Amino acid sequence: MVQLTLPKNSTMSEGKVWDKTEGAKNTRTFRVYRWNPDDGNNPTIDTYHVDLDDCGPMVLDALLWIKNTVDSTLTLRRSCREGVCGSCAMNIDGMNTLACTKGMDEIEGDIKIYPLPHMPVIKDLVPDLTNFYAQHQSIQPWLQTTTPQPEKEWKQSHEDREKLDGLYECILCACCSASCPSYWWNSDRYLGPAVLLQAYRWIADSRDEATGERLDDLEDPFRLYRCHTIMNCAQTCPKGLNPAKAIAEIKKKMVERRM
Amino acid sequence: MASNGQSNGSGTPDGAPSVNGRAYPFTDHTFDVVVVGAGGAGLRATLGAAESGLKTACITKVFPTRSHTVAAQGGIAASLGNMGPDDWRWHMYDTVKGSDWLGDQDAIEYLCRHAPAAVYELEHYGLPFSRTEEGKIYQRPFGGMTTNFGEGTAHRTCAAADRTGHAMLHTLYGQSLRHATEFFIEYFAIDLIMDDEGACRGVVALCLDDGTLHRFRAHKTILATGGYGRAYFSCTSAHTCTGDGNAMVLRAGLPLQDMEFVQFHPTGIYGSGCLITEGSRGEGGYLTNSEGERFMERYAPHAKDLASRDVVSRAMTIEMREGRGVGKEKDHCFLHLDHLDPKVLAERLPGISESARIFAGVDVTKEPIPVLPTVHYNMGGIPTNYHGEVLTKVGDDPDTVVPGLMAIGEAACVSVHGANRLGSNSLIDLVVFGRAAGLRCAETLEPGEKHTDLPKDAGMNSLERLDHFRYADGGTPTAKLRLDMQKTMQTNCAVFRTGEVLDEGKDLIHGVWQAEKDIGVSDRSLIWNTDLVETLEFDNLISLAVVTMESAVNRTESRGAHAREDYPDRDDKDWMKHTLAWADTQAQTVKIDYRPVHSYTMTNDIQYIEPKARVY
Repeated sequence: MVQLTLPKNSTMSEGKVWDKTEGAKNTRTFRVYRWNPDDGNNPTIDTYHVDLDDCGPMVLDALLWIKNTVDSTLTLRRSCREGVCGSCAMNIDGMNTLACTKGMDEIEGDIKIYPLPHMPVIKDLVPDLTNFYAQHQSIQPWLQTTTPQPEKEWKQSHEDREKLDGLYECILCACCSASCPSYWWNSDRYLGPAVLLQAYRWIADSRDEATGERLDDLEDPFRLYRCHTIMNCAQTCPKGLNPAKAIAEIKKKMVERRM
Repeated sequence: MASNGQSNGSGTPDGAPSVNGRAYPFTDHTFDVVVVGAGGAGLRATLGAAESGLKTACITKVFPTRSHTVAAQGGIAASLGNMGPDDWRWHMYDTVKGSDWLGDQDAIEYLCRHAPAAVYELEHYGLPFSRTEEGKIYQRPFGGMTTNFGEGTAHRTCAAADRTGHAMLHTLYGQSLRHATEFFIEYFAIDLIMDDEGACRGVVALCLDDGTLHRFRAHKTILATGGYGRAYFSCTSAHTCTGDGNAMVLRAGLPLQDMEFVQFHPTGIYGSGCLITEGSRGEGGYLTNSEGERFMERYAPHAKDLASRDVVSRAMTIEMREGRGVGKEKDHCFLHLDHLDPKVLAERLPGISESARIFAGVDVTKEPIPVLPTVHYNMGGIPTNYHGEVLTKVGDDPDTVVPGLMAIGEAACVSVHGANRLGSNSLIDLVVFGRAAGLRCAETLEPGEKHTDLPKDAGMNSLERLDHFRYADGGTPTAKLRLDMQKTMQTNCAVFRTGEVLDEGKDLIHGVWQAEKDIGVSDRSLIWNTDLVETLEFDNLISLAVVTMESAVNRTESRGAHAREDYPDRDDKDWMKHTLAWADTQAQTVKIDYRPVHSYTMTNDIQYIEPKARVY
């Protein structure tokens, strides 16, 4: 059954409102989701006032400013701070994106921060991505060949290599999958946009010789066909990729091989 | 995040050691090989050990594809000769010269000889390299990479656009999923388990997901924990580059090597410090000062903008110092790509075009990028031989192998980079020595070889360290101490150094170390306690910062990245040697000694390259 209200233990309440830093003239209000697995309480929304004169321009800068100067218990993943590692994916101002490449100036009003939606939360802004990673592993994300390996490289033409552009850049941040209503309801069986884009990355690789097996593996009413071209994935991808298009290409291949 | 497989090991909490009256039960695991770190080197070693049938675990504090290898851009050096003549001996010459003769030439020979095979292997794993017209791997020029022993410009750096590290890390991660490796993901390693004979017997780690403590017993523990760029205020390094393995080695009473050599990358974006690849100059980009002059022509008439990184960073610093920096504060330079064909930018430099737009608000097809030298890489690290075995100096023997302990990648100092690493030599270092470590494990171990019992108090040092910081209730937050450390390193241990500034830096950095006694942590929990993890990371960083500063004070010559204005020349008579630094982290003291630089090659296929003046 579709659940139309949050379960009781998930309803959020107002949390702590932290004082403005003394002397801060130019501040921005952050409303941040907090949940601590240790205290047995429901999630809260804490309010912070970030001193913009003491902080970098990105949302990640602000979250780390909060962590460094106001509340060191605020918990999030972060690493590269330049949009390539995919750690700091979260829901910012209603959109899933990377905190490190999202400028505060792109957002109007209070800045609302939640973990990626419809993923189990471990603590605060840290979601549990176990299922997401297991699904990625299930598509066998490595080159498969039967022809004996050449002594040097496999040759690949410019044109064939270009087919991987828009696919290989995926950073597995899970923004797209966590934005997909179909994935929200069926993430136990539907692979979701990120993993299907990864699957197509190997199908599209001219060097790979397991296309048939890869398509067989996806030929399933749930694994592939729960994509209903809602297109949230393409809209939200912080790297500007289009998972929906990759999924459409897989579906096309399925049709082609039936003809 | 839970590990991918927890079915292994003996797996049950046994006994319950306690610290300060608090019980910390261990979950015990037994493996042939345990790798700490899942960047390029860690994954390659994990793969190799697993492939040879050894029971292998990989412990990592971030999901593998979040490791900092992902941020490498320009490429991976190997003399494939796809775009002109090339030879591994030329690559070796360039690397030796780049290292300012501090590199060990046997190890450099090993690196350069094995580089092409390592790149073909990555290609066979599926790495999406850019291609030449004939469908071969595309190779671009990079700083300090020449043909015919310094004569021409080599096209040696194999690239996947400007996302080579990302492509490589994802490829290696995918490949590692084929094997029966057990990943322990989001496990933070606390300390090594050393026995009374000085052998390493494993490592203790905290599972962030549920706060449990895990004791890993292994015949070989391989540290692949990366560099410690975050000891500085402005670096290209990720937040997670905190030198955890190096610090564990110091705490185990073992030395680190050549820590004074810190590479500043010439082109970090002004403000954010995000990296702009040297490949941008390889593709034709150039630097200018406030007068619009291409000043590198003055400093390196031959190689110009493609001189090696230490040379370019010094030139930029001099330009800024002499008032020819750009901007209101005259504190940066411009990197021009606006003369390049937009099609070339889109095909070969899409990643940095995006970074420049996001972090500098610059459209690279129209405007220059504001850049300045930014901390990027640690040449120093855990001393090893070219099999990846960790070395220490015992009595007169500078090559004593530490049983059970190995190190690879940026954490290690093999030393192939010596006093200055060439661009694109780090990615090749990762896979060549990651592979070498796997091979060494296969040579020296039988799968399932019997383990002797661990010492009775195995892992207690880790528990004490954890408990100490978890309940630290001093008045100084970790973030404050970290900032003091970073500012000190940035100001007092920079591109140019003098005895006076370094001496002041030594006092200041020891002051921060002292102040660590007053550290305070607010979060007392064990599940995903990032306040605690950042504190453990700071504790790692500060010991490395101190050792870096002391090694820099001590070396009274200029070599590679270590440029002393009070000792402007290289001094081969007194300083053709590696620094070794030990730290007593309790007494907060540092001891320095030396190891000779290897003045021999690995085989007779090439002779030792004699030191000479280093001109580009």
